[in-house]
Amino acid sequence: MIKNFLIGLVLASFVYMFYNLYESYEPKTELTGIAAHYAENGAKEVGAANLVTAVVVTYRGFDTMGEVTILFLTASIIGFFLKLSKADEDRVIVHKGTSELLITSSQILVPIIFLFGIYVFMNGHLTPGGGFQGGAIIASGIALSIMANPNREINHHAILWIESLSGIAFVMLGILGLALAGGFLDNRFINLGTFGDLFSAGAIPLIYSVIGLKVGAEISNILNKYQKSQKES
Amino acid sequence: MNKELVYIILALGIGALTIIMAIIAILNKKLSIAVIAGGVVSLFASILFLLMAAPDVAMTEASIGSGLATLIFFYVLNKIKKYND
Repeated sequence: MIKNFLIGLVLASFVYMFYNLYESYEPKTELTGIAAHYAENGAKEVGAANLVTAVVVTYRGFDTMGEVTILFLTASIIGFFLKLSKADEDRVIVHKGTSELLITSSQILVPIIFLFGIYVFMNGHLTPGGGFQGGAIIASGIALSIMANPNREINHHAILWIESLSGIAFVMLGILGLALAGGFLDNRFINLGTFGDLFSAGAIPLIYSVIGLKVGAEISNILNKYQKSQKES
Repeated sequence: MNKELVYIILALGIGALTIIMAIIAILNKKLSIAVIAGGVVSLFASILFLLMAAPDVAMTEASIGSGLATLIFFYVLNKIKKYND
């Protein structure tokens, strides 16, 4: 009885909170402050057709580096807690086979999903999406291939090398921006090119490709750890 | 019938379905059904994000929320089952 009353109280306070938020909300008719600056000068300064990317990669590039670091920490902590003992590591478990339908469709879909992920992060400065989205799409392709063939072993060393090298490349691109252009992760040390082309917006395609590879490798690593943890007795 | 009204009706319908799926995820006794319902919540949420003109958020939600999180939940469920038997 008292438990239900407390739950109701919490819910009612949530309703009160959100109702206040809803009541005081007024849609803005025009951009103000820093948003107006981004909208007016973003295309000219950064050269990216997708303004979200311009903000995420250059104006707020340092935040993106923090996010990538948090993801890296998450992957390492999961790896630490799901570590197997030597005996479990060597154990060979044969999982039940999956349905023919899933296997056949995964053979067709996985390359297309990979290609789409690469497209999303290569075109991050032109179309919606970017490094994080592309990386997550690549990792979901790996998830599909694991589901179709549960006994598949992901190459751990390849993931490790891709992850580390792209992380180093990301920071190096940032430092190049610091040395040759205006500041850390400034994209203008490469010629901005024609607005709207694939090879435009300076270093943004490079930076986003590196982020995409890093995020994809990290999430694949998490999946790999969970898959391996099934061996534990 | 104008375009905006169609969008509003679509968004309301998907929002209602999201809430129903969330309630199923909480109340269902069978854990595997609850996990799948949680994945469907993410899927509908990603459609809502798309309707609200945020396609990049929708992509993240669809691949991480309904794809990877569901798979990881199933791995964990499989592990719990081993200990319960």
